[in-house]
Amino acid sequence: MSTKATRLAFGEALVDIGRSNPNVVVLDADLSKSTMTCLFADKYPERFFEFGIAEANMIGAGAGMALSGKVPFVCSFACFITGRFDTIRISVGYAKANVKIVGTHAGIGIGEDGHSQMGLEDIGLMRSIPGMVVIQPADEVETKQAVAFAAQHDGPVYLRLTRQKLPDVNGEGYKFQLGKGAELAPGADMTIIASGGTVQHALKAKELLAAKKIDARIVNIHSIKPIDEELIVKCAKETGCLFTVEDHSIIGGLGSAVCEVTSEKFPVPVKRWGVLDQFGQSGSPEDMYKEYKLDAEGIAGSAAEFFKAVK
Amino acid sequence: MAFELTRDISTLKSHARNIRMNSIRMLAEAGSGHPGGSLSAADITAALLFGVMKHDPANPQWEERDRFIMSKGHCVPAWYSALAQAGYFDEKELINLRKFGSFLQGHPDRVRCNAMEASTGSLGQGLSIALGMAMTAKMDKKAWRVYCMIGDGESQEGQIWEAVMAASKFKLNNLTLILDNNNAQIDGYVEDVMSLTPIDAKWRSFNWHVIAINGHDMEQVIKALDEAQATKDRPTLIWAKTVKGKGVSFMENQVGWHGKTPNPEETEQALKELAQV
Repeated sequence: MSTKATRLAFGEALVDIGRSNPNVVVLDADLSKSTMTCLFADKYPERFFEFGIAEANMIGAGAGMALSGKVPFVCSFACFITGRFDTIRISVGYAKANVKIVGTHAGIGIGEDGHSQMGLEDIGLMRSIPGMVVIQPADEVETKQAVAFAAQHDGPVYLRLTRQKLPDVNGEGYKFQLGKGAELAPGADMTIIASGGTVQHALKAKELLAAKKIDARIVNIHSIKPIDEELIVKCAKETGCLFTVEDHSIIGGLGSAVCEVTSEKFPVPVKRWGVLDQFGQSGSPEDMYKEYKLDAEGIAGSAAEFFKAVK
Repeated sequence: MAFELTRDISTLKSHARNIRMNSIRMLAEAGSGHPGGSLSAADITAALLFGVMKHDPANPQWEERDRFIMSKGHCVPAWYSALAQAGYFDEKELINLRKFGSFLQGHPDRVRCNAMEASTGSLGQGLSIALGMAMTAKMDKKAWRVYCMIGDGESQEGQIWEAVMAASKFKLNNLTLILDNNNAQIDGYVEDVMSLTPIDAKWRSFNWHVIAINGHDMEQVIKALDEAQATKDRPTLIWAKTVKGKGVSFMENQVGWHGKTPNPEETEQALKELAQV
């Protein structure tokens, strides 16, 4: 099993797409060695633009390029790029500009840099913009196909990526479909719905829950907007309760999106798990996931508690 | 077919007068909006659309057209008036400004009105969009140019200065920025609210070519736009010193007329004065 940071998979995918689509241009704000757009810059310097530490202008320039026929990928850390919310809201969203917004270094999984560098509210922000597609891939193959999708999709897309390496969670023959989640492991007692860097831990948590005689289904949601309502309702009907896991604030992210579906379509108990209403901090990624209970043990413990309370 | 431009100063002045009168008519009908900045921008918008820019009213998406971004989006009545006069849509539409269902939104909306190049109104953003377009033209080795108008109050936004920095880095001599320096914003005179002085030194220090003009002198406006077009290796700022509410005696230099529309008597008086300019 290979492991790769989704930011690196993204950087490699951009080079491939740059080869086949001459309209693809890449903009970065002094983080190209971290977002991995440096790979594209090496290959296609005439289509790579360094904007310096000035994200709002980069996003607006991306909108201008999109409105004149280019397919710009504007890239920075998730917190910095979505922090320029109003420029995204008006110059990109309201204008329906075909801009691909890429936020790397999502979540507490970045570790040592601490809270100010962690994107923890970005999904909530991007989800609130009409027409914005929000995608968070969980491994290399999903990332590469998500990047290819974004490049050919006509409209704004937000792509959320990790700093840390992620193991493959998808099988061979994987095919990315916007708005479609995937059941990675069967289960009858409850469904754990995870996204991005937490999917691997959810899969391990399934084993720990099995030891407690809880049969958890594991679902991966890469497409947070639009979200797979059909699959969520199906899981709600078949397993009776849902537990969402994400490396993002539990306010506004995947958990909120799932609750919006269940509350309107098929209400069942849902526990949102992720970064609670609190800030991040420095430490190793492993320390972070342990402290915030987003590793397999943390997820399994909280999921078991929830299961006992509702079933 | 490209729009037939004119360099006849009196013709351009008469276009500016029509822009002013229609701006007042549509704002009075709307009952809300921004007359002061629409009037201060009128001569420049007339010069751009009728004297300088390559465009085609029958084909708003013509690829070779010059682009104009009204970054100070609240002053879009002046641009709507100019577009209607040029034939982009029926002048009768102007009275629907700000009304439900109209494509003439209170601030520019490119999705509802395809004669607009961008959606603006949240101040400070349009220059970045113009810059991106100018970069596309450079990448594709196209001759079309990009024009952008900002307000002086708007220039208090940080994103403006990010864009000013980037435009000279990318040597965008195909980008012309017009600063409508009418010195009034909602809370007072720009000088008091948050001064931009010295304007020319600021832009020059960012390696821009700066041309200072009287923004109501049509000959100076046209000459400056030509000079910008001839400038190599760097973007140009046309620093247009203007009068807020220009042409209407009771509106001129009055902060209060930034975002207030005239009542029927004031409208009649304003139109009477403007007809004589």
